[in-house]
Amino acid sequence: MSSNSFAYSEQSGGGEATELGQEATSTISPSGAFGLFSSDMKKSPELFHLVTVPSDFLKTEFFTEILKCFRDKADLRNEDLKQMLESNKDSAKLDAMKRIVGMIAKGKNASDLFPAVVKNVASKNIEIKKLVYVYLVRYAEEQQDLALLSISTFQRALKDPNQLIRASALRVLSSIRVPIIVPIMMLAIKEASADLSPYVRKNAAHAIQKLYSLDPEQKEMLIEIIEKLLKDKSTLVAGSVVMAFEEVCPDRIDLIHKNYRKLCNLLVDVEEWGQVVIIHMLTRYARTQFVSPWKEADGLEDNEKDFYDSDEEQKEKTDKGKKPYTMDPDHRLLIRNTKPLLQSRNAAVVMAVAQLYWHIAPKSEAGIISKSLVRLLRSNREVQYIVLQNIATMSIQRKGMFEPYLKSFYVRSTDPTMIKILKLEILTNLANEANISTLLREFQTYVKSQDKQFAAATIQTIGRCATNISEVTDTCLTGLVCLLSNRDEIVVAESVVVIKKLLQMQPIQHGEIIKHMAKLLDSITVPVARASILWLIGENCERVPKIAPDVLRKTAKSFTGEDDLVKLQILNLGAKLYLTNSKQTKLLTQYILNLGKYDQNYDIRDRTRFIRQLIVPNEKSGALSKYAKKIFLAQKPAPLLESPFKGRDHYQLGTLSHTLNTKATGYLELSNWPEVAPDPSVRNVEVIELAKEWTPAGKAKKENPDKKFYSESAEEEEDSSESSSDSESESGSESGEQDDEGDSSEDSSEHESESGSGSEAENKRAAKKNSKTKGKSDSEDVDKENENSKTSDSSNAESSSIEDSSSDSASESESESESESRKVTKEKENKTKQDRNPLTKDVSLLDLDDFNPVSTPVARPTPALSPSLIADLEGLNLSASSSVISAPDAQAPDAQAQQPWLTGPAAPWHVGSSWTGARTRIPCIGRRTLNHCATREALTHSLYFLYALNLAKNTAW
Amino acid sequence: MIHSLFLINSSGDIFLEKHWKSVVSRSVCDYFFEAQERATEAENVPPVISTPHHYLLSVYRHKIFFVAVIQTEVPPLFVIEFLHRVVDTFQDYFGVCSEPVIKDNVVVVYEVLEEMLDNGFPLATESNILKELIKPPTILRTVVNTITGSTNVGDQLPTGQLSVVPWRRTGVKYTNNEAYFDVIEEIDAIIDKSGSTVTAEIQGVIDACVKLTGMPDLTLSFMNPRLLDDVSFHPCVRFKRWESERILSFIPPDGNFRLLSYHVSAQNLVAIPVYVKHNISFRDSSSLGRFEITVGPKQTMGKSIEGVTVSSQMPRGVLSMNLTPSQGTHTFDPVTKMLSWDVGKINPQKLPSLKGTMSLQAGASKPDENPTINLQFKIQQLAISGLKVNRLDMYGEKYKPFKGIKYMTKAGKFQVRT
Repeated sequence: MSSNSFAYSEQSGGGEATELGQEATSTISPSGAFGLFSSDMKKSPELFHLVTVPSDFLKTEFFTEILKCFRDKADLRNEDLKQMLESNKDSAKLDAMKRIVGMIAKGKNASDLFPAVVKNVASKNIEIKKLVYVYLVRYAEEQQDLALLSISTFQRALKDPNQLIRASALRVLSSIRVPIIVPIMMLAIKEASADLSPYVRKNAAHAIQKLYSLDPEQKEMLIEIIEKLLKDKSTLVAGSVVMAFEEVCPDRIDLIHKNYRKLCNLLVDVEEWGQVVIIHMLTRYARTQFVSPWKEADGLEDNEKDFYDSDEEQKEKTDKGKKPYTMDPDHRLLIRNTKPLLQSRNAAVVMAVAQLYWHIAPKSEAGIISKSLVRLLRSNREVQYIVLQNIATMSIQRKGMFEPYLKSFYVRSTDPTMIKILKLEILTNLANEANISTLLREFQTYVKSQDKQFAAATIQTIGRCATNISEVTDTCLTGLVCLLSNRDEIVVAESVVVIKKLLQMQPIQHGEIIKHMAKLLDSITVPVARASILWLIGENCERVPKIAPDVLRKTAKSFTGEDDLVKLQILNLGAKLYLTNSKQTKLLTQYILNLGKYDQNYDIRDRTRFIRQLIVPNEKSGALSKYAKKIFLAQKPAPLLESPFKGRDHYQLGTLSHTLNTKATGYLELSNWPEVAPDPSVRNVEVIELAKEWTPAGKAKKENPDKKFYSESAEEEEDSSESSSDSESESGSESGEQDDEGDSSEDSSEHESESGSGSEAENKRAAKKNSKTKGKSDSEDVDKENENSKTSDSSNAESSSIEDSSSDSASESESESESESRKVTKEKENKTKQDRNPLTKDVSLLDLDDFNPVSTPVARPTPALSPSLIADLEGLNLSASSSVISAPDAQAPDAQAQQPWLTGPAAPWHVGSSWTGARTRIPCIGRRTLNHCATREALTHSLYFLYALNLAKNTAW
Repeated sequence: MIHSLFLINSSGDIFLEKHWKSVVSRSVCDYFFEAQERATEAENVPPVISTPHHYLLSVYRHKIFFVAVIQTEVPPLFVIEFLHRVVDTFQDYFGVCSEPVIKDNVVVVYEVLEEMLDNGFPLATESNILKELIKPPTILRTVVNTITGSTNVGDQLPTGQLSVVPWRRTGVKYTNNEAYFDVIEEIDAIIDKSGSTVTAEIQGVIDACVKLTGMPDLTLSFMNPRLLDDVSFHPCVRFKRWESERILSFIPPDGNFRLLSYHVSAQNLVAIPVYVKHNISFRDSSSLGRFEITVGPKQTMGKSIEGVTVSSQMPRGVLSMNLTPSQGTHTFDPVTKMLSWDVGKINPQKLPSLKGTMSLQAGASKPDENPTINLQFKIQQLAISGLKVNRLDMYGEKYKPFKGIKYMTKAGKFQVRT
């Protein structure tokens, strides 16, 4: 043992650890970071030394003691593994690691191997390394002191030029749940959050959550990082950082404001898991920031166009309450941008969109989700289960949504029982006068099912249908009575219970049925059913005066053998008969009361005592016994047959709490709509500085004509100090006109704004007009645009690019009524841009300003782009020939003629730059094009990628 | 999010566990076992189980329960969908997903799981990316690895992870460039006693196998795209293009993938290609019952129906069956009471039939319900909805690919009530 330990510190451990130590000292920067680090470390001086100066430390007794400690605990069976780990051969080490991972997977304890494993953390072999990481993450928490030995390796790796290594180092470092390294983690996260690689930043976002769960006191600093990462424009990061946001500070809704529009626009391109998280978060956000669209749900359908155009704030300021509800454009943006995701292959995404529509969309628009939800029913049983539960809740409130899909909820004999019962639930909710006969026929099949639990549930369902739809009550009742002769006892029992409820609801004479049921009492054994029959007879004892006493006689005989439930009902029956027909039943009742008095069950003894005092007149009994008849035979309210899903609607759909119908830990309530919408201007993204940076001073003058158009906007007046570029980006601005002038203002404003622009705009508008009347096909638009690009010189290249995409959306206008108004916005933007642009011509090619996301009013995420990048991009543009990064429109016309659909980022463009000298081909394809905008976004994105790539190349490769 | 994952086999052994946050004791699974006991059948185990401190979300596939442990509120479908993705990934990696295979490849499984989740949040679930990170085990690679000491772990970050086309890796090369598309439709139907259709809908998918060099940009157009009214796409499909032109435009992932799936709902009229004539009767007096079924074609557009199998869950009272088929073979399991008849191809001239008697338990009353008949069949070269691919074009690359398209109609959940 001792020689072994000696060998260890001599051979590998010594060298390794020395290295580790050096590394640690070198990597921790001596500045503020060091202070941060050491302040915590003071708490445990030994460990501080361990990390920073372990070369000395290794020789100390303390260290050997630790090792010994573990060694003593060690299981002898693992001795061979240790030897393999200490061998020089990678293959042996790998083999050992694989066996150890196998042990972990089986749940066997491998913690005693920790010292031997941790030494290999710096292994050159990447697979060994990975497996060591797996091991470390599993056991570091248990062996914190030894785990510290590995920290410096990660710190070094955090500086690695390879982003994969940086990311995985951060992952493992943050997964080691050792409280003492919190400052190191904090530092690492901070650095990683500013990393050039979006992949590393994504990992930083994940690390935030890990650090938070390890040490919640770091919350404030973590929020700062979250705030920074929220500004990130990479789709890779978005999902992860929103996840971190939800975990760390879901109440800091103010952090979202500025990123709201960006998140909406990025949504389609985020990976599917991120989409789910973002959509859930945005649902909550929308419920706090917008006013309810549900108030006048009916009037909304016709003037849908108006929603988009009119500005909520504007309306409030000018004529409060006069106009009907109009939707905040940001609200509309969210609803519109999530719609394509209903087509996702991921059930969780579809469900997330469905719940978003359910909770925040106008009621008239929520209908589109039903089709997608019904599609999910073809999926696995677990998915079906959750989806059906949600549909069940929805179908209670809005029947109409799923009525057309009634047949999709028909039960198959191969469905698992839980699915069958959920489907039944939905069928019940959907039942109405029109379809009930079809449904009842369907139910008849179900009642005969071999799955008796399901058959019983069907009978319940029939009962519910019968009470809900008065037309069929009698039919149902006869049907149920037929079932009373069924051979299966469960079915009969269930029918009895349901019939009892039905009869109770209908105070009409049903003597025949009661007689029939009284006969059943001889054969049926299920306690609930027997109790139900007895209760029914007692309740109607005056209607069946001949049968009731006889039933009492029979049951009195069998009293001792009955179930408690039945005994109670026998007592009840006796009491009622005693009161109505004491001549015949007095003795019988007394006999039963005597039996009950000595029953084993105290409930029954209590009840007996109570009844005796109440009904049998004696000297002591007070005033109450006079009212005994009224008490026992009072008119009882009929039971309500309600859906078990009734109460669930106060949980947000699609959540765990909804599924469980209890509040799960960490469930965030969906707030009610605010009465008055909070200031929508908080979502405006400030782009002024950037624009100013790039546009010469003379621009201000140019804007005057714009101002005239927009002057009616309240927003404008309010922030007149801000430059008008801000108001341009505000889609609401033009709504001022709309409110006053109505729809016609669209055209007039177009004319006005057009005056400054060139003839090309004329063309464009003509094209648009045509497409409005569906006269022109898409291809024509493209043709026109080709013409444009041919005729127009390079100066208006960028404006035609916008036109390009606008004509694209023009073709869509048939389907989307609001796209029309969007177009106007776009056009306006074009105009104003053209007004300003002549002066900014030299930067035009890469002037990101010009690739303004067309459909969206603001969403100019540029400021989040690192300034250095902007500088680089500018530099890139200025230095390179104009074809360096060809904007999509600047493609050779013939190329477009060949591939007319390749607009925007769908086209693979050639990007080369004198800056790197390399010609890199970037296929920049995306569903991004699918969405309305993001032309520019895609450009920045890919540029950013290119930039990162090149930088990485320069520095590392 | 996802805290831990336990894999449990049908006999209730936990044979794999993985934790992404601090370790959760495997005793948490006791709650699951309790629920399993209550449910009697595996498929009735509730997918969401609440325990005092955790929530257990499970999926059941390939006779294995994948139980995820979570601690806080999370959309349940998120977890369930992820678990299914895990199973799909295993299947993709190992061909089958079964207990022995997972046990044999425990290291790869662990590495894959490690990459798929970080701190319980999905990290890389796209199988293309995973395969670049961790190479799937093949016999050849295992041999090479033992000799050279190289590993299954890729040392480069997959390019797809960062590009705008995360589903496709760069630098794909093939000598034979080919693209195959299979249009497969499944009919879900319920036919009632009298032979009329209660409900019928079509679930269609287009599965693709694309082996093309470089970065091809494909467009697929249909003769009758309006049939596709309810669709879900692979992320590669450009949605906007579809919205405006009803053309599928996409850069395909490398290899096999599901391009889209669609649903032709019950509201449309669906042609039912087969009919079943049945005469199943029990008599009160005797313990013998009559059994007779005949299967025949109907609305098949001239195509032949193949691979027909008929199965039916007989009532519990049936002791044995004495049947003679006109073609194919039949079996009756007296324990599970499952009758299955492998018919094969239907010959329209001589319709296959199965006739005979059933003997019931003596003294038992006659069953209330006649059994439901489940049908399986295949029709080659026919998409029953009438969907037809018009053409496939490739842009962005110079070579001429080989293109192929195949249609098939299958029975999905096809039931005949008797």
